[in-house]
Formats: sequence, C-alpha cells, structure tokens
Amino acid sequence: MFEEILSLLSTTFWMILGIAVIAAVYLGISALCSFVNNVITRNRAASKGFGSLKTVTFGDESSVVANRVASVLAVVAIFFLWGVFTGSKLLGPLAFLPGPFVGESSFEYTATNAAGESDTATVYVTVTSFKDKATKKKAIEDGGDGFAKHDSVAIAERRSGILRVQNNDDGGKEEGYGVTAINGQAIARNQIVPFGDGEILMTSKGSLSIRPATGATMEALYLPPPEKVWNTFWQLNRDGYQGVGLWENVFWSLARVVIGFGLGCLFGIPLGFAMGLNNWMRGWFDPIVEFMRPVPPLALIPLIIIWFGIGEQGKISLLFLASLWIMTIAARAGVSGVNISKVHAAYSLGATKRQLLSKVILPNSLPEIFTGARVAMGVCWGTVVAAELVAAEKGVGKMIIAASKFQLTDIVIVGIVIIGVIGFAIEVAMRKAENKLIPWKGRG
Amino acid sequence: MSGLVIDDVSMTFELPNGGKVEALKNINLNIKEGELMSVLGPSGCGKSTLLNILAGFLAPTGGKMSLSGEAITSPSPKRGMVFQHGALFEWMNVSKNIGFGPKMKGTPQAEIDNKVAELLEIVGLQDFGEKMIYEMSGGMQQRVALARCLANEPDVILMDEPLGALDALTREKMQSLVLDIWKKTGKTIILITHSVEEALLLGERLLVMAPRPGRIHKEYNLPFAELGVGQDLREVKRHPEFGTRRDEILSMIWDMEEEIMGRTENA
Ligand SMILES: Nc1ncnc2c1ncn2[C@@H]1O[C@H](COP(=O)(O)OP(=O)(O)OP(=O)(O)O)[C@@H](O)[C@H]1O
Ligand SMILES: [Mg+2]
Repeated sequence: MFEEILSLLSTTFWMILGIAVIAAVYLGISALCSFVNNVITRNRAASKGFGSLKTVTFGDESSVVANRVASVLAVVAIFFLWGVFTGSKLLGPLAFLPGPFVGESSFEYTATNAAGESDTATVYVTVTSFKDKATKKKAIEDGGDGFAKHDSVAIAERRSGILRVQNNDDGGKEEGYGVTAINGQAIARNQIVPFGDGEILMTSKGSLSIRPATGATMEALYLPPPEKVWNTFWQLNRDGYQGVGLWENVFWSLARVVIGFGLGCLFGIPLGFAMGLNNWMRGWFDPIVEFMRPVPPLALIPLIIIWFGIGEQGKISLLFLASLWIMTIAARAGVSGVNISKVHAAYSLGATKRQLLSKVILPNSLPEIFTGARVAMGVCWGTVVAAELVAAEKGVGKMIIAASKFQLTDIVIVGIVIIGVIGFAIEVAMRKAENKLIPWKGRG
Repeated sequence: MSGLVIDDVSMTFELPNGGKVEALKNINLNIKEGELMSVLGPSGCGKSTLLNILAGFLAPTGGKMSLSGEAITSPSPKRGMVFQHGALFEWMNVSKNIGFGPKMKGTPQAEIDNKVAELLEIVGLQDFGEKMIYEMSGGMQQRVALARCLANEPDVILMDEPLGALDALTREKMQSLVLDIWKKTGKTIILITHSVEEALLLGERLLVMAPRPGRIHKEYNLPFAELGVGQDLREVKRHPEFGTRRDEILSMIWDMEEEIMGRTENA
C-alpha cells in the first residue's frame, strides 16, 4: 500500500514534468507565431471600432476578443507537430526528425577460433518497410575466404533481429570460438557497439542482436501521420469497417442520442414544471432527483447492461436517464426564475392557471430549458460513445473499440475526430436555435 | 356601495425568527369611482402591502375590502396593476403585450387589434407595435405597461411607483400622460410614489402613511391634478399653494424618517 502510494506520487511528479515540457514547447511555438504575426501586421492600421478607443484593456474582459489569426495558427501548429513527429510526407523537408532506417546495410565482424586465429566476414542487413509484406534477406552465393563466412539477415522496420553469425563459420560450433569485434571495435557479451545504421548488442549467449536505427519519429501503431488518417477516412467513407458504413455508424450514434434526449425532454420538462408548481410533487421527487443528479450516467452502464442487455433499449434508457435529470432541474429552475410580478401581472390581466402556464411560465423558462438542453445534449453524446465502447453492434464508439482491438490506430483517430466534430456541431446548432427561438435571452 | 371600500384592514407578517411586523394596522378608506389618489410615506410604511392587498395578491390578516360591493379575495381583471419595472412579457412584441388581457378573455382578434392600435396612439407608441420589449427604453416600457393595463378596461388602476425608475424628463411626460388618461377614461387610480411633487401633481387626494405600525397619517384634498390636465406641469408647480404644501409634507416625512432612524439607533 505504502509503495503503491509512493509510486502514485512519483507518477504524478513525472506527469507534471511531462505536461510542463509539452506546454513549454507549444507555448514557445505560440510565442514565435505571435512575434512573426506582430512583425507582419505592425504597419497595418489599428483595428477600427469602439474597442480600439478603449485605453484600459488589460483587465477589461469585454475588450478581449479572440485573435482569429492565432486560432488558425494554433490548428496549423497542431498539424505541424503531428506531421513532424510522425514523419509525414506532406511536410516534405520540414519533417526534420529522422525516420527509422529502411534499406540495405552491412557490417563486418571479427571472429577468433579455438586455435586463436582471427578472421573477418560481412553481415548483410536488409531492413524492410512495413508496407513490403515479404521480408527478403540477401542471398549469399559465396561465403568468402577464411573460416568466418558471410551472413545475411532481414529485419522489419523498427524491429531488431537476432543472428548467430558463427553458425555457418568453419569451427563456429567449437568451444572457444567467438565474435570479438564489429567493424574493428571490440565487443564482448552484454555490450553494445554501434554500426553505420544502428547498433549491435551481443547477447549473453554470444549471438548478435542487430538493431537498425528506429529514428525519432513515432510508430504508426501509436500515431499514424495525418495523411494516413485522411486516407483511412476516405477509405472508411467508401467501404466502412467490418461491414458497417462510416455514416451508418454515425447515424446510429446520433439516432440514440436524439431518441434518448427526446425522451428525457418529454418527461423531464413536465416533471420539472410539476416540481416548480406543486408542493407535493416537489417533495415527492426531490429525493430522487437530488440523488440521481450526481450519479454520472457512465456509472449506470453496468446496471443497464445487466437489466437490458446490449440492445438498443439499454442504450436509449441510459441516454434517457442521462438527460432526464438535467432537463428536470432546468425546467424547475425555469419556473422558479419567473419574476413574481409577471405572474401577478398575468393574473390581474385575467389569465387562468392554464393560460399562465402556457403563456407566461413556459416561455419565461425557455432560456433555462435551452441551457439545460445544451448540457444534456453534450452529456448524451459523451455517454452514447462510452456505452457503445462497452457494448454495441453499430455506432462510432463501437467502430473505435473494434478497431483498437486490431491496433488500427488510424481508424480510432478518425472516430475520435468525428466524435469531436459532431459534438461541436451539436453545440453550434443548439446555440443557433437558441438565438433564433429566444432572442430575448439575457435582455429581460 | 360603489367605489373601493377598505374596512379596518390590518396586515401582520410573521417573521421566521418568531418576530412580527405590523405592516398595516386598521386602515379605513373609501375611494370614490373616478378618484385619483396618490400615496406617500417613508420606506417600509406598508404602501406596497396595501396595494398588493387591493390587487388581491395578499389576503389581509384582518378586515375586508370590496370593489363596487364585491369582496376582494383574489386577483381580478377589474383591478389592473402597473409595476415599477413593467413586468412585461419579453417573449411577446409590444402589440401582443398590450393585447394580452383581451386575448385571455377570448376577445376576437380583430377587436383586439383595434383596441391595441387605439391604445398605442394614446400612449404615443404608434410605430412601435411590432417591436420587441427588449428593444424599448425604460420610459417606453412603462407606456406599454400602462397600455396593457388599460386594454383590460379595469375599474381601478393600481400603480406601485410606476415612474420611479425613469429619468426626470421622461417622468414628467409620463405624469402628464397619467393625468390625461385619468381624465379621458375616468378610471379610479391609486398611485404610490416616493416623490412628494409627483404625489401632489397626481393626487386629487393625497394619503401620507406612517410606519410601525403602517397607518394613515394624514390626508389632503388637492386641486393640482385637476389644474394639471392638459397643462404644462411646470406651470402647476409655480402655484403658490404647491410650494407650501410640498414643504409641509416634506418636513412631515423627514420627521418620520428621523424618528425611524432614532428608533433603530436606540435598538
Ligand atoms: N412577505 C413579507 N414578509 C415579512 N415582512 C414583510 C413582507 N412584505 C413586507 N414586509 C414588511 O412589511 C413592511 C411594509 O413593507 P412594504 O413593502 O409594504 O413597504 P413600502 O411602504 O412599500 O416600502 P417601499 O417604499 O420601500 O416600497 C416592511 O417593514 C416590510 O419589511
Ligand atoms: Mg413598496
């Protein structure tokens, strides 16, 4: 227990360090861009408009406007870093980090036999890219002079290969026979010696572990270059994955969200109104709502699967529960936010209770309901993906989890980007609808 | 008995800490039909409480009220109310706000439209019918509130500091408007204000209330409202009696305020 906590602390420390380094790099790029931008735009006339006349801007939040050049450059910077670290072809010479070694190489080894004589031979190393399915080593027709004979080996990109060079040497199996140097540099067991395109480790049993240079870029397994993700996107768009079209997956995820959220509104809003208008209903539902509100919907997934299995019913129930409480609380807040003089005014103008509800309380709580709906849609979208990760036959989350099992990182990334873009689109659409439907919001 | 009758009305609020506030104690008043009455008094003397009871939003702890012989127990379109901050419906445009009362009664739309057009003219907002509430200035909003109240053709109009939030110039225009409407429609109007001048200008009858317990301290019958109809109100203010009345009431209220301050300081 104590050791575990210690390791937790040390993890935290390294995380802080890592985050600080990443932040420093990214902010450094930001500062550089800002500097260049300032130099370029210095001679242009200052921006017009009221804001430019303010002398106090630092501390005046309303005078801070997002610099769109910065936004564009930030996105470009992300893609640039992504390209650099994955050795993207799109960047051309800008992808300055060396990639893994691919191609033909060779080194010479010196062996000493039982009699104490030395001889040298060459090892031909062929490093093949992942794209070439067959890894073919160089054919050796003539083993060469002396007792040490030439060898050849084929190794896949970023991998290493173990070769026992003495196997084909004359007397190589005798006691006392061993490799003593690589390209003239002495080597012993458990020692590493570099050769032109990588390094060589002699194992404790005297074999050579040949490790061609892996470069400084990331392996596509961890992070594929942008163009690969782009190609994967088009390929998914055309062929789908595991027999399900990309947009079919998106459609199913969205359909679940819309239905679940719709049910949440259908029941949550009337429930919220009832709680805002009636003592008994407020008292009856208060404990349930207050208890369910802090339970994250993800925590309900196991229970939902036990109850409903992995069919649509379970996922829709989950989304219904995720949005129900949010919408209930929003509607309740909407009712309690009605200014009492508006209620009084409506009654003095002859409104009945029913008219008050439909003509005053409902429209007056629309801003609150909309805020709730925005939150609920966001939560539902996150929840549906998580639920699909656990159990689904179709959906973006299901596509991601299926691809991850085969380490198809490019598909996973396409899925994540689509999730992000759709989440953003939902938010924008809700905001547009809000401006259109309740123009009086915040101006009452 | 016609008109508004307030018979021995008392209102005692029970505070959560067990204390009691006598917001009103044994108020007796008869307000004739078509009377314009203004109510003055230091803050906390129960003016709003009285108005809310008359509107039917609060039930008094003692006594009873009636309008034209009918007991007041709940809000009714016969008693219209104009609030300090309009209490307009932001989700409707100006015309819909004004037409709200008739619409609730199920009046035919053509009739509502005619009435709204007529009222827009009366309050000087002919061209603003299609505007939304949040596009209107504070003074315009109060005009809309007044028109909305009139559209319902109430017998009594209750106003709780309707002009309190307006600038001096707009306020003066609105005061003339209230006088005009009173004269044109002959409605009973009860108007609460914090301004002594406004109370003098807009009260045939002026009620000065005193706090703790809230009660009627003094009553005046004044000629200025009648004089002010269709007149420049600044002219009315130059009337010799206006100045003397104003000073008299001002010092009366000052005395009350001082007494309150003294009491809270001693407490
Ligand atoms: N709901 C309530 N609960 C408890 N006390 C109340 C309540 N409403 C009013 N009071 C008290 O009753 C007294 C009279 O209040 P009221 O609002 O009628 O005064 P007012 O004359 O309108 O004051 P102002 O000029 O500031 O509007 C005050 O002391 C107030 O604190
Ligand atoms: Mg008041």
